[in-house]
Amino acid sequence: MRQIQKDPNAGTFQFSETALGEIEKIYARYPAAQRRSALMPILHLAQREFGGWLSQEALDFVAEFTGIAQIRVYEVATFYTMYNLEPVGKYHVQVCTNISCWLCDSDGVMASLNGKLKQEFGTTSDDGRFTLVEVECLGACVNAPMMQINDDYYENLTPEKVSDIIDRLP
Amino acid sequence: MSYKSDTKILFKNIDRDDSHKLAVYQGNGGYQAVLKAYGMQPVEVIDEVKRGGVRGRGGAGFPAGLKWSFIPKDDPRPKYLVCNADEGEPGTCKDRDIIRYDPHLLIEGMAIAAYSVNATRGYIYIRGEFYREAEVLQGAIDEAYAAGILGDNCHGKGIRFDLAVHRGAGAYVCGEETGLIESLEGKKGQPRLKPPFPANIGLYGCPTVINNVETLASVPDIIANGGDWYAGLGVENSSGTKLFSVSGHVNKPGNYEVELGIPMKMLLEEYAGGVRGGWDNLKGVIPGGCSMPVLTADICETVTMDYDALAKSGSYLGSGAVIVMDKSVCIVKAIRRLSQFYRHESCGQCSPCREGTGWISKIMDRLESGKGTPDDIDLLLNVCDNIQGKTICALGDAAAMPVRGAIQAFREEFEYHVEHGRCMVG
Ligand SMILES: Cc1cc2nc3c(=O)[nH]c(=O)nc-3n(C[C@H](O)[C@H](O)[C@H](O)COP(=O)(O)O)c2cc1C
Ligand code: FES
Repeated sequence: MRQIQKDPNAGTFQFSETALGEIEKIYARYPAAQRRSALMPILHLAQREFGGWLSQEALDFVAEFTGIAQIRVYEVATFYTMYNLEPVGKYHVQVCTNISCWLCDSDGVMASLNGKLKQEFGTTSDDGRFTLVEVECLGACVNAPMMQINDDYYENLTPEKVSDIIDRLP
Repeated sequence: MSYKSDTKILFKNIDRDDSHKLAVYQGNGGYQAVLKAYGMQPVEVIDEVKRGGVRGRGGAGFPAGLKWSFIPKDDPRPKYLVCNADEGEPGTCKDRDIIRYDPHLLIEGMAIAAYSVNATRGYIYIRGEFYREAEVLQGAIDEAYAAGILGDNCHGKGIRFDLAVHRGAGAYVCGEETGLIESLEGKKGQPRLKPPFPANIGLYGCPTVINNVETLASVPDIIANGGDWYAGLGVENSSGTKLFSVSGHVNKPGNYEVELGIPMKMLLEEYAGGVRGGWDNLKGVIPGGCSMPVLTADICETVTMDYDALAKSGSYLGSGAVIVMDKSVCIVKAIRRLSQFYRHESCGQCSPCREGTGWISKIMDRLESGKGTPDDIDLLLNVCDNIQGKTICALGDAAAMPVRGAIQAFREEFEYHVEHGRCMVG
């Protein structure tokens, strides 16, 4: 069960000007009477704006901002795994280990990351640089094995390639 | 060597430079089909698609034209068109290539479908992880608006069609059409009981057509060349071309567009570079996405890739994801991995699925680690019996079918795990 967490360091929240412009465009996509449809896109945006995860305080802000009941916002945030309910590293490394990737040695990719970063899966490094997680199929199965780092896919991986990709991250 | 005519519908533009751009699409005949459709009566468009016989490429194989014909005509409610780009079925990654390499083909297909059912608004629900793909799609939609292809006066014909991208956020169950609709409405993606079907009560309680990306992308060529032309491709009951995502133990994994009815062996050997280690090294193939039963190598030797032949052989065409396993694979381990997936993705709404996927996963853990008992195999089948057909959506069936299929095809491997506490294949 995915749980919502409070953030002891939460300050006040405010969408940036660019985000507010984006939100206006989001609302325009749905019929005027169906503003709740904008909740998922606004949560995506909030996560980007507010440090990569959604604390209870951030969710409460979104509820207030959209006029949607808190409980409805919590329901959505906990249902969908892309809404991070705890802080994630600067690089969110997600390795697919579902069937096609597993057949093509996703174990090797995981081992390579373990060795390279000296870090277990399911953890975030102390310096906040990397979060490593195993995920389900990401829809790039013919280019297995693969991983996603933040918004980008890295496909046809080998242990050497993985190491290279990590080295090249800014 | 290629199979039959080698006609390309879905991938006809994929090798062109900047194939995602409007100018390139239009330069190669793009947006002519929708103009042709706008000159026809909506019902004529539906009839043409019916004649073509294209079946849903999202997994269930329902005839697209027939689905469109269910949208009520004299109904004052607005109509919606929704494209399912959730692409969540493990093994499947074909819609992604249409979206990133030929987004205008999808937009044109949607414009035609919308016109035929009088829908003025469309949404493309794309899985959240496809962030870059959603960017390409949005770019194409922006281009189409700027060119007057979308909007309140499409092609200057007084037709209205607005189209938007809606990103999911990581939930396999949102690929199920009613879960998707719930999600699009800003809720948890928990599927609805059917009936009522979306054609009557869909998005925002209004009549809604929902189709897969590949289904909709097939439409422009059906209108341009005629339903009879399309029906001439493929085999009986399985017309047209299909994208197969061939993954796993082949030398050239990839998305291949071929006419339906191609022998599986030919698809693997001629297109996908052959089974790793040679055909004799083949253990089994899941022919239609991980929710479908696995087929043994001797069935793969002769089966053809069409709806009827695969159903007769004990599996299904599904989404067209062909997952190839060579002899190094432990089936018990493979099924264990899949059972974790379904347990993780069950939305928790129906008890048989919520509890059953947990049971299956636990028993598979036990079997795989060598701690299973002789009764566990029948217990698995019993749990499957108690899920299949007893849930609101087909996720439960999807969880049960691969388990049942694997036990049927490879029971001796399950028994070996129980007796020897380890795997047959070392
Ligand atoms: C659990 C589950 C997941 C599904 N995932 C997808 C998907 O990712 N993409 C898709 O097009 N259809 C998916 N479907 C099938 C849809 O419910 C629906 O049949 C399809 O979108 C209809 O479009 P089509 O007739 O063009 O295939 C899924 C079904 C189930 C039960
Ligand atoms: S199985 Fe890894 S991307 Fe599909």
